[in-house]
Order: sequence, then structure tokens, then C-alpha cells
Amino acid sequence: MRIEEHPVLDFERGEKITFTYNGQEIEAYPNETIVAALHAAGIRQLGESPELHRPRGLFCAIGNCSSCFMTVDGEPNMRVCVIKCKQGMVVESQKGKGVIRV
Amino acid sequence: MALINDGIPTKEDLAKVMPSEERFAQGPVSIAECFQKIPCNPCVKACPRGAISMSTDINDTPTVDYDKCNGCGVCIAKCPGLAIFVVDKTYSEDFALVKFPFEYVPVPEKGQFACGLNRSGEEMGWFEVERVVSGGKKNKTYTISLKVPQELANEIRNIKVGGYK
Amino acid sequence: MKQVEILVIGGGPAGLCASLAASSLGAKVLMCERDDVPGGQLVKQTHKFFGSEKQYAGDRGYQIGQMLVEKVAADPNIEVWTDTTVLGYYEDGVVTCEHEGAHVKIKPQRTVIATGAAEKFLSFPGNDLPGIYGAGAVQTLMNVSGVKPAERVLMVGAGNIGLIVSYQLKQAGVDTVAVIEALPRIGGYLVHASKIQRAGIPVRTGYTILEAYGNGKVEGAKIAKIDEKWQPIPGTEEDIKCDTICLAVGLSPLTELCWQAGCQVEFIKELSGHVPITDDFLETTVPGVYVAGDVSGIEEASSAMVEGRLAGLSAAASLGYGKDVAAEQQKAAMAELDELRAGPMGERIRMGLEKVAAKGGAK
Repeated sequence: MRIEEHPVLDFERGEKITFTYNGQEIEAYPNETIVAALHAAGIRQLGESPELHRPRGLFCAIGNCSSCFMTVDGEPNMRVCVIKCKQGMVVESQKGKGVIRV
Repeated sequence: MALINDGIPTKEDLAKVMPSEERFAQGPVSIAECFQKIPCNPCVKACPRGAISMSTDINDTPTVDYDKCNGCGVCIAKCPGLAIFVVDKTYSEDFALVKFPFEYVPVPEKGQFACGLNRSGEEMGWFEVERVVSGGKKNKTYTISLKVPQELANEIRNIKVGGYK
Repeated sequence: MKQVEILVIGGGPAGLCASLAASSLGAKVLMCERDDVPGGQLVKQTHKFFGSEKQYAGDRGYQIGQMLVEKVAADPNIEVWTDTTVLGYYEDGVVTCEHEGAHVKIKPQRTVIATGAAEKFLSFPGNDLPGIYGAGAVQTLMNVSGVKPAERVLMVGAGNIGLIVSYQLKQAGVDTVAVIEALPRIGGYLVHASKIQRAGIPVRTGYTILEAYGNGKVEGAKIAKIDEKWQPIPGTEEDIKCDTICLAVGLSPLTELCWQAGCQVEFIKELSGHVPITDDFLETTVPGVYVAGDVSGIEEASSAMVEGRLAGLSAAASLGYGKDVAAEQQKAAMAELDELRAGPMGERIRMGLEKVAAKGGAK
């Protein structure tokens, strides 16, 4: 859910765009991070831990930790908390350590 | 429990900053419920009458000169800690006005009834909003005046957000 | 290789003020910021800042950030590289970074490291469930992205971050069930605690989180009262239903570049972790390398801004700039820092800084 009314802030979001997350279409705005768009859509599990396969979510939201690794347009281990949304991008939750496609 | 344990000022804390009943009888007056020495002093500059003072150390707590203060309420939206209130016990025989800072949405409108909250956030009943003053584009803190029974003038310090009638 | 007079690493409150101060004396500055906009964590601070007029008290953090960013952008002496992550500091004084997708080398004459801090984690069963965030992360989601981050929150930690974020959650329409704090007393400013108490958010000191539970996501937490030996008291366990747990249990200075540069770094608990040893002018033990802000010890953003100013002045002065005015301005910045730290809330910092001075002296 997005905040529509706030006592201090005005959110200028711009034109709506879409990208896919595991094949599902997600609405987003170009100035927001992938993880913000996923949270707005109610998606909080982003992947799983590489060895014990426990579910993983967001922790720091500013690119410090590695909790939010996902595969973006085929590139694994992307910190989706600091990557902005782009029209048509393909976001996938990642199993294991990810494969770098050459 | 003390203020340091739960953030709720005790009777003893409040007694240190509370004007006398004689002063309350003379008209609106501001009460700085600021008990901890922290580096902060915008309230001193905020008062157009120079009624709020502090030693040269910005870590001191402010002192309100109740004789100089006319309860105009300018300080309410200027205190970064939202710790200054104005109480007017001369509003009417039965009712007092409590003015407090407000930074939530929706903002109530004049004439609506809002649920008053005390310093512990307990609901104290529904009271009429007498006045709503915007802090302006930059400051953004509203000052709400709530008409409450005299006996609750120094109890109510906030309203519940929403559900206004 | 890019040659610069002063390299400022980090575009938060300390880095912005360091850049402005160095430039004001005439030095040429390159400021590197890893995010796509400078401002650091000021961008999400919606509350009014404390301090005095000199530190813009009364303005909201994000407004101060905007003002500083605009000043930097308009300053012809300051070049800003955003989307630039500084990667390494080498023994020949070369700094490398990733800038616009390329690996770039910089050779600065002076460096100000203003890399800030990271949120600490806490160990308890279930602490890796989705729905457990650093309190700052939730602040980013709601105040930067405008996304409602949760429905029902348990806040762990009653320092300033825990108290402020609980208030800001309420402003975003999210309920905080309780703020729990293991210490017997509130660590943050009491005005913040009073503000959330009268909004109906209880602050409960002497409580700890025992575990988080849920099937693939947070569904609740068990909390309990603790005794003076920090042990849970049997019979005081409570079940809290919530979809989010925020950890506001402190910050750690991000000192990687200080270690790489070969600065003397010591663990000083009052400053919240390993910090570089500095002199009064914020120069580290590596000549020409300065630090400012949370990287040199966790403190309020007001102090970070003044430290940034001091480090920027010192770096520029050491290059011969501002011969007539630098000393006086440095003195004024030091006096401001002393003033901000003079009260009881500054006691911990004062103790930490004494240890810094002692360790520096022992070298």
C-alpha cells in the first residue's frame, strides 16, 4: 500500500510503470526502488538464504547489508533496495547464490 | 514509574513547570513540559515577548516567565520536541482551552469533536475543536485548541487521530 | 587518474558540511556519494532537529538536507559524483571507486571519510524472518518511497531512532504495539517518548524480545521482562501479535576505508564500535586523512554536521587555504561541538572522546 496523505511529506511519484516479479506484473514508479514497489504490492519475502533456504526479506534498505539479493534482468545478487524501477524490467527471486550468465 | 522509565511525566515533574492557579485565573499561559537537559533552544527565540529563557548553556531546560507570557501559543509549533502546551482556564466557567501541537492526518476541523488523550494516551472523552492553526508550508505543525472541562485542563494533551464527529 | 585537492567520501550531513566548509576557504572538492542523490539519511528525517540555530534547529531533517544539497550543487568549487561507491584506499594514497559503471582511480591531496554507519542487528530465535527490519529501513520505505511499510509493529529499542520511527509510523498510519527496551531507562530524548506515549504507544523499559515467530513471515513475537542480570523473568512472557519487528538497537560506524587507509582504529564502546583515532581537528593517524560524522563515533546528525564542517576546514587549512580565518572558524566549530555535548546526554560521547584522546596520546 502507498501512503496517499502525510502530515509532513508530499510524494511526487510521476508516471506509473510496470515490471514483472516472478512473472507477476507489478505497478511501480520510476523514482522508487524495486523493494519499495514490491512492498507496496504486499511482497515482503524477497528470496531465500543460500544454504538453509530460509525465507529472506529486507533489512537495511540503504545498500549496507545483503538481505535483499534478487536477480534483475538476469543479473543475480542485485541489492533491490537501492535499484530504481524501470519499465519492463524482469525481477526474480533468487535461489542459492545465483548464476552469472555470460 | 518515573519519566525516565516510560516517558510519562509524573505529578512531581509537572509541579515544577505548572503555573499557579492565580496565574491560570489571569488568562492563557504556556507550559513547557520539557524536563530533560538536551541540547536544544529554539523555544527561546520563538517567543515574541521574550518570556522563555535559558541560561547560556543550550542543554538547560527552558523557564517560562508566566508574567511575560500571554499564552499566544507561537512557541507550540516551534518546539522541536512538541513539549509546549497552552492552557486557558478563563475560556468559560465550565470549560478550559488546551492548545497542543499536532502532526498527523487527518487534521480535525473547527467545530468537530475529537477524542481527547492524556499523557499516557488514555481516552478521556470527546471534546469540541475550538480552533485549528496551520504551522505553514515549512513548519507543518498544526496547533489545535480543544475545549475541555476545567478539571481536565491539565490532563488532556493530545487527540486521537481520526474518527472526528 | 583523477587528481583532486580534497576528496569527501559520503554525501550525508557530515560530507555535505565538510565539502561546503572546505570550499568556503577556497579548496576544490570532489564529493562521492553512493546513492543517486546526496543527503544521506537526512532525506528520511521528517522530525524537527534539536540543537541551536547554528545547526538549523527547528527545521526538519529532510529540509536541512535539501538546503545543504542545493548549496553544494550551486558551489563551483565542489564537484559531486553520485551513484559512486568508493571501493578502496591504497597505500600510495590512491582511492578507487565505481563511478558510472566504470572503475575509476582518484588521487586526492586530502581525504575526508564521512561514510556514516549501519544499523546493528540483534540475535534471537527467528530474527531472520521477513518482516524484521532495521528501524531505519522502515523509515526509508515510508518517508522516502511513501510506502506503508507495515500494519502492526513491535519496536525494539527506546533510543532516539526507536522513539522517532515509532512516531513517524503513526504519522504514516501504522500502529506500534509497543516500544520495548532492555535497559531500565529510556535512552533517547524524553520529549520523543512523551510524544508517543500521549499518542497511545507504550514505552516499556526492562523488556526484551525472546523470539519472533511465524510461517515464512513475522506473525508475532514473545517478549519478557528481564532482571538486573538481563535474564528473562519466568511468568512475565507476553505474546505480541504483529507483522513487523523493527530493530532500533544502535548503529555501527562504517570504518572499512579507515582500516584500509591504515588509520589507527580502536574499539571504544561509548562511540558504538571501532572508530578511527583522531586529533582535535579530526585528522586520523594517517596524515591527510580526516573523518567526520558517525564513522568517528555514533552521535546525533547535528554533531555530524559540525564535525563535517571542522574536518572540511582542517583539510583545506592544511593545504594552505584560509590562512587568516581558518583557525578562528575551526575554534568556533569545536566550541559548537563542546556545547552540543555538554549536557548529561553527551556524557557517553565525552567519555568516548576522552578514550580517543588517551589512545592517540599513547601512540
